[in-house]
Amino acid sequence: MTVRTFKPSREWGLGLLTLAMVLALSAHWPQFATAASLRSALDDTAILILLALGQMLVIVTRGIDLSVAANVALTGMVVALINHAHPDAPIVLLAALAMLLGGGLGAFNGLLVWRLGLPPIVVTLGSMAIFRGLVYVVSGGVWVTSDKMSPAFQELVRAPFLGFSTLSWLALLGTIAAALWIRYSRAGRRLYLVGSNPAAAAYVGVDPGRAQCIAFTLSGFVAGLCGYLWVARFAVAYTDVAAGFELQVIAACVIGGVSINGGSGSVPGVLLGCLFLGVVRNALPLIGVSPFWQMAVSGLVITIAVVLNERGRGDQHRRILELPNT
Amino acid sequence: MSRRPWLRWETLLAAAVAAAFVANALLSPYFLNATTLSDASFNFTEKALVALPMALLIIAKEIDISVAAIMALASVAMGYGAIAGWPTPALVLLGIGVGVACGACNGLLVTALRVPSIVATIGTMSLFRGIAYGVLGDRVMKHYPRGFDYFGQGYPIGTVSFELLLFLAAALITGIILHATTAGRRIYAIGANATAARMSGVAVDRYRLALFIATGAASGLASVLLTSRLGSTRPSLAVGWELEIISMVILGGVAVAGGRGTILGVVLAAVLLGLVTFGLSLQNIPGIVLSIVVGTLLIVIVALPAVSARLATARAARPARQG
Repeated sequence: MTVRTFKPSREWGLGLLTLAMVLALSAHWPQFATAASLRSALDDTAILILLALGQMLVIVTRGIDLSVAANVALTGMVVALINHAHPDAPIVLLAALAMLLGGGLGAFNGLLVWRLGLPPIVVTLGSMAIFRGLVYVVSGGVWVTSDKMSPAFQELVRAPFLGFSTLSWLALLGTIAAALWIRYSRAGRRLYLVGSNPAAAAYVGVDPGRAQCIAFTLSGFVAGLCGYLWVARFAVAYTDVAAGFELQVIAACVIGGVSINGGSGSVPGVLLGCLFLGVVRNALPLIGVSPFWQMAVSGLVITIAVVLNERGRGDQHRRILELPNT
Repeated sequence: MSRRPWLRWETLLAAAVAAAFVANALLSPYFLNATTLSDASFNFTEKALVALPMALLIIAKEIDISVAAIMALASVAMGYGAIAGWPTPALVLLGIGVGVACGACNGLLVTALRVPSIVATIGTMSLFRGIAYGVLGDRVMKHYPRGFDYFGQGYPIGTVSFELLLFLAAALITGIILHATTAGRRIYAIGANATAARMSGVAVDRYRLALFIATGAASGLASVLLTSRLGSTRPSLAVGWELEIISMVILGGVAVAGGRGTILGVVLAAVLLGLVTFGLSLQNIPGIVLSIVVGTLLIVIVALPAVSARLATARAARPARQG
C-alpha cells in the first residue's frame, strides 16, 4: 500500500510563498532578517507547531480536537501552581507531569470517541468547556504571575543551546519525531488508513476508534507539554490562557494541506502552514498594520489560504457527481 | 423515532427541564417570581435565536462557526449607523443586512468555492471579528437613538419580554418550515445523503446557501437584541458564543453527522441551558464554573443513547450465549 503523504506541488508552493515573504520583508526591513528577530519569530511559532502536529494526527483520523487550548490552560495552571507551592521540585519532573496530565485529558476524549462512538466535535466541545472551567476551579480564579514562579521554571524554555532556545529545539524534535512516527510506524500508518476509509480499515482488522483514541491521547500529551511551555514562556497562568487558540491550530493544519475530511496531511505541510502563519503574524506589526487590524488581516489570509488549498485538492473526485447546472 | 416514547430525546430533555425548574425553585426563594423567570429567559433568547437556523444548518450537515463574529460586526455597523443619526428601523435593517451579507459570504465559500464549512467559517470568524476590532479598536459605542432599547429591554405583555416573544415566534416558524414543508424534508435529505439528494433533483447548493444566509440574518437579528439590551457595542461582543450556540443545538438532539434533529429538541435544550445557568448564578456560582456543567451535560446527554444501546445489545447477547 502506498499512501502519498507528501504532495510536492502544495507544499513547495506554500514553502516558496513563505520564503518569498521572508525575503521581501528582509529587503524592506533589514531588522526582520537579523538572527535575533528570526529566532524570536521561531520561538513565537514553536508552540503552534507542536500543537498543530498533535492536531494533525487527530484530523487525519477524521477527528477534530477543539479542547487543545483548554488542555494547555489546565495543564499549564496545574504545573504553575505546583511550582508555586514547591519551588524546589525539579522542572523536568513538572514538564513530565504536564505531559502525563495532558495525555490523560486527551485519553478522556479518545475513550469517549472510541468506547462510546461519540462524534469527536461534540466530545471535544464538551471537554473544552470542562477543562476551561477546571482551570478556574483549581486556581480559584487567581493569576499565577512571574513572581510566584521559580526562576528555573521560567528559564528552561529560554535556555539557549547551540544558538536556539529550548522551545525551538522542542518544536524541531517534535517535527522529526512526528514525521518518523507517522511515516514508519505501524500505528502511524494506520491513522491514514482509518482516516481515508474507516470501513475498509475495520475489514482488515484495524479498529478505527482505537486509532482515533491513540491520536487524541497523543494530541493531549503534546498539549500538556505546551501547557508548561506556554506558562513558562509568557510567565503567567490564568483562566483564559490560550483562549481561542484551538482555531488557529486547526487553521495552521488546514493551510498546511491537512484535509478536514481525514486521510491526508503531511508533517512538512503542517510545519510550513505554521511557519506561514508565524511569518504573517510577525510581519504585520513590521509593515505598520495597527494591532486592531491584525486579526482581520490574518483572518483574510486564512480564508484565502483555505480557498486556494481546497481549489488545489483533487477536483476530479467531485466532478463525477457534479451536475452541469448546479 | 424510537419505539419507546419515554426514551425519546425530547422526553428526556423535557424531564431535565422540569427537574432543573424544580431544583431551582427548591434551592432559591427568589426563583418562583414572574420578574425573575422573565430575567432568566435573557440567558438564552439571543443565543437560541441563532441556534434555530444553526440547527437546520447542522441537520443539512454544515456548520457555521462565525455566528458570534457576525454579531459583533453587525453591532459595530449599527453603532456607526447610530452615530450617523440613522433612525431605529434603519439600524435594525442594517444589523440584519450585515448578517445577511456575512452569511452569503460563508455560503458562497461553501457552495461556489467548495471549502468545507467548518474550515471556511473558522477563517471568516477571524475575518469578521477582526474587521470589528479594526474598525472600532478599543472604543465603545453607546449612543443609540431613543426607542432602540425596546428590542432588548421591552416587555409587550406583562413580564414577557420582546426577546422571548420573538424567539417563540421564530421557533414556531422554523419548526413549521423544518417539519411541515417540502423544504424541510429536503434539508433532512441533504444532511442524510447530499449526493442522493442531488440525484433526486434537490438543488443542494441553493439550500446550503439559503441556510447560511438565514443563519447570518438570525445572527444579525440576535445582534440587534443584544446591542439593544446592553445599550453598547464593543468588538468583543458575544465572544465565544458560537460554541455555546452549537452546544445548544447538539444538546437539542441534532446529530452532527446530519439528517436528524427536531426544533422542539433545540427549544427545550435552550430552555434547559437557560434554567441551569440562571439557577447556578442564583447560587452565586461563577460563570466559568457553569461551563463545566454545560460541557458535562453535553457529553452525558450525547452519550446516553450510546450507553443505553450498549446495555441493550449486552442484554440481547446474554441469552444467546447461554443457549
